[in-house]
Amino acid sequence: MDVLIIGLLLGGTYALMAMGLQLQYGVARIMNLANGEVLIAGAFGAFWFFLGTKASPLWSLLFVVPIAFGLNWAIYRVLIVPLVRRAKSQGKLEVDSILATFGLSFVFIGIMVATFGAQYTDYSYLAEPVFIFGERYGLNRVVSFGCSVALCAALYLWLHKTRAGLALRAVSVNPSAAGLVSINVINTSALAFALGGAVTAAGGVLLSMYLTFDASYGVVFTLKALIIVILGGVGDIRGTIIAAFVLGLAETAVASLIDPGLTLAAAYVLFMVVLLVRPQGLLGRRGA
Amino acid sequence: MSSAETASVVRSGPWISAREWRLLLVSVLILLIAACVPLVVGGYLLQVSISIVMYAAFATSWLLFSGPTNYIALCTAAFFGIGMYVTAAGIDLVPYPILILASGVAGAILAAVVGLATLRVSGVYFVIFSLGLAELVRQCMTWAQHVFGTMSGLYVTVERSEPMYYWQLLAVTAVIFLVGWWIGRSRLGFALRIIGNDEVVAVHCGINTARAKVVLFIISSAFASIIGALVAPRWGYVEPVVAFSPFLSFQVVIMALLGGTHRLWGPLLGVIPFTLLWELISIEFPDQTTLLLGLCFLLIVYAIPNGFTGLIEDVWQRRKSGVVPGARNG
Repeated sequence: MDVLIIGLLLGGTYALMAMGLQLQYGVARIMNLANGEVLIAGAFGAFWFFLGTKASPLWSLLFVVPIAFGLNWAIYRVLIVPLVRRAKSQGKLEVDSILATFGLSFVFIGIMVATFGAQYTDYSYLAEPVFIFGERYGLNRVVSFGCSVALCAALYLWLHKTRAGLALRAVSVNPSAAGLVSINVINTSALAFALGGAVTAAGGVLLSMYLTFDASYGVVFTLKALIIVILGGVGDIRGTIIAAFVLGLAETAVASLIDPGLTLAAAYVLFMVVLLVRPQGLLGRRGA
Repeated sequence: MSSAETASVVRSGPWISAREWRLLLVSVLILLIAACVPLVVGGYLLQVSISIVMYAAFATSWLLFSGPTNYIALCTAAFFGIGMYVTAAGIDLVPYPILILASGVAGAILAAVVGLATLRVSGVYFVIFSLGLAELVRQCMTWAQHVFGTMSGLYVTVERSEPMYYWQLLAVTAVIFLVGWWIGRSRLGFALRIIGNDEVVAVHCGINTARAKVVLFIISSAFASIIGALVAPRWGYVEPVVAFSPFLSFQVVIMALLGGTHRLWGPLLGVIPFTLLWELISIEFPDQTTLLLGLCFLLIVYAIPNGFTGLIEDVWQRRKSGVVPGARNG
């Protein structure tokens, strides 16, 4: 029961983080290896805000999200668009964008180490117990989960009920066909990339409420987000949410039953199983 | 592995052509000159030379796989660390030379598992898998040491002088070059060139693309592990955080890219300037190494996407065909 609830709480936040990557990879088709660093930057933003004001770190979402949006917009415009123009094929673009974002992730780490230092960071907010089915859980985990679910729901509704969301989904299905119905593919991809970054940073703010992190920890989150996206199926938001909970549960189970140091191994085992059994993801279509 | 065994069926004519003999001769000469370095320099310069040879070995072995297939492997550190750990764990039980071989085998086994799981599906999955591989192995090692109750680090005590390290690494580099050259003219290399150009065509030609890629990845990774085994005694003390540092994977990729990934000797051109630059950066700006490395990396990806070899060949082509500067060929 313990494992189940903590796993679900963790999965909720993972869902938000992975939706960010899903937007970047599924819509903008850029495999962003610097995604985890954006998440850590969001976490540092919340930490810095909490230390400075003693107000709830949730308020830091108000500035972290727009900054992350702007920053990722700029990254797409300045760094990715030249690669899209230069690329002769989808494969070449993939290689180039992997390299560029890989380099970018180290730039981010460097900046964060220079600004906040390389030590482990955490802060104590809402670290009081809350009782669910008679067991104690950290209130910060529950609050974080609630916020994450609210944001996920908002994003889902936005994607499915608005014109802009429709355009995004169209690009996700087929960029060249989307261009034919007068969707500006570059602009829409930039929007998706920026939005993805903003959502990921929001995930970082929420995770920072109960997780210890340091400047170089981003790669682990990049990896988890990627595994969730692949597990759920690229381009499938519902699959991503389900996969996030699967990973949250698997990680918590491994952490509490075997060893807390093996959470990444749990993610990798899931990844292996998906690759061997269902490479297109839980809800993905074959050949997509 | 029959495709690898029936080498050199692709070409007709003499087994080694006159041009190749000349190339071989030049390579042996360069190797001999390189081997004299420890006789001339010592101290700090020798340390830098050892770094250069080590990275040359890493970058060339990286290129064996990532060059022809265009799959960016970000996991050199994982195999390097495996090699170190195999050596450190067995050093009191088994003679050192056997451990070097054992390291290669351990690396090959890990590479086979990773390759069989990911390379059958798609290149992207391979890249993702490789991104976290070092961290995964590190976690497992830390856990294993925790369970078996040993210390977090291990001592490796083998007496070796600095020139000896240099020569060992140089020898491995030479072997990697030989293997690369041999693969290039074997059926396997022929298959890989087709895969690199167009995988669909390769499949239609009846090439078992997954097997070719897995074999190559195994070869490439085994060398990374062997280098780990060779370097382990120089460090003396092996612990997970250092052995599996993600920096190594990053440096190897950046050097190979700087040199260019289209030629076997490409990385060499990248390794020498970059190792010197890296030495300079770590002395002048010890706190900003990550940031500066990231910036260098971006600069290379955007400014010289084909590396130094690409630049050189561009100039060469232009001079040869008399094309107006600025008109790039596709």
